[in-house]
Amino acid sequence: MGNPVNDIVELDARRLLCPMPVIRLQDCIKQLPADARVRITCTDPGTLHDIPTWCRLNGHRVLTTTEQQDDYIFLVHKDADGS
Amino acid sequence: MSKKAVALISGGLDSMLAAKLIQQQGIEVVGINFFTGFCVEGHTHAIRNRTGTRPKRNNALWVAEQLGIKLHIIDVVEEYKNVVINPRHGYGANLNPCLDCKIFMIHKAHDWIAQHGFDFIITGEVNGQRPKSQLRRFMPLVAEESGALDLLVRPLCAKNLLPTRPEREGWVDREQLRDFSGRSRKPQMALAAEFGFEDYAQPAGGCCFLTDRSYSVKLQDLWDNRGRREYELDDIMLLKVGRHIRPSRDFKLIIAREEGETRYLSGYRRQFQTIKTVSHGGPLALIEGAQLDQQQLELACAITARFSQGRDAESVEMEFSDHQQATHSVHVKPLRADQINPEWVIL
Repeated sequence: MGNPVNDIVELDARRLLCPMPVIRLQDCIKQLPADARVRITCTDPGTLHDIPTWCRLNGHRVLTTTEQQDDYIFLVHKDADGS
Repeated sequence: MSKKAVALISGGLDSMLAAKLIQQQGIEVVGINFFTGFCVEGHTHAIRNRTGTRPKRNNALWVAEQLGIKLHIIDVVEEYKNVVINPRHGYGANLNPCLDCKIFMIHKAHDWIAQHGFDFIITGEVNGQRPKSQLRRFMPLVAEESGALDLLVRPLCAKNLLPTRPEREGWVDREQLRDFSGRSRKPQMALAAEFGFEDYAQPAGGCCFLTDRSYSVKLQDLWDNRGRREYELDDIMLLKVGRHIRPSRDFKLIIAREEGETRYLSGYRRQFQTIKTVSHGGPLALIEGAQLDQQQLELACAITARFSQGRDAESVEMEFSDHQQATHSVHVKPLRADQINPEWVIL
């Protein structure tokens, strides 16, 4: 079984429109320990704004943002004091 | 001990001001926002062509950032179905169950404060601002039926209402709350200026597709043709997209209006029969209904071709893909505008 702190949890939020990708990320992060990382793949360009904003509000960090064709891929780190 | 409040944040100005009025009294405020599936927020913008426009922000997140508060976005799509399908207090001008919606959301917020150790609830309601759901006589009903009772504070119009428990017990200073009423937005705009808020979503209230006549007509058509009042999230998302044309009870076409909608609809190709224009530039169309017979297929293609760049051609080649993704070509003469029966168009 993988270690959720070392492994990257993958989330597919393609085709979902905001705020659903944010909700998926929020609900996933809630289940993970501090320092876990989540890679979420989205297609709604609104996520370019909404995911970093949600992370800032809730005390998490977007480590990288990558655009690949129509996909927006965010690597998010769950900080200890976030929720 | 300091008290904590949860604010219902819609993304509009009123909920932003209400939260700020409580926050400035030194009370910790956290926001919650409910996703029903009918929210206008961002969806149509995201579906439409992305070129040349800045991605639209989610206003609830933006408001939370301006206030410096955490925001929890809660998916209530499944639970909300009963509100839309069986509203105890009926609908507004369209299929908008505003009073039941308000009761539902405050009930959910009340559950949330119980689970998370918060003390009371804030909303941006202003008595007399909306027909029905914000009429002064319905405000006690909302507090009662939601179960929130006097833990529900409406900071913008609190002075027009009986004091709530947070006011009576001195958790909040009633004197600092407001007495706004009616449909005028001037008091809110003045308060926004006082707080230094220069950028906010306007107008408040246009945040739900169910208040839109055209959307409600499409939802009613969906229920009528299925013979039952039910929906899934994909159904209500697709009602926001494209031209909806129903040439018969057996099938409906959802025809993209531009490239962004074509891209969005193409995500549904595995779930629907589809038509696309091959010989000319043109939209993708989803076909909602049973397998089409040859005559229906030709009609569906001719309608779709009407909205292609080949609309004036003698013959346009279309590609039909069935439920199993098997494809074949269909050559049709596009319908003229006057051949599309206005009764087919759902709007």
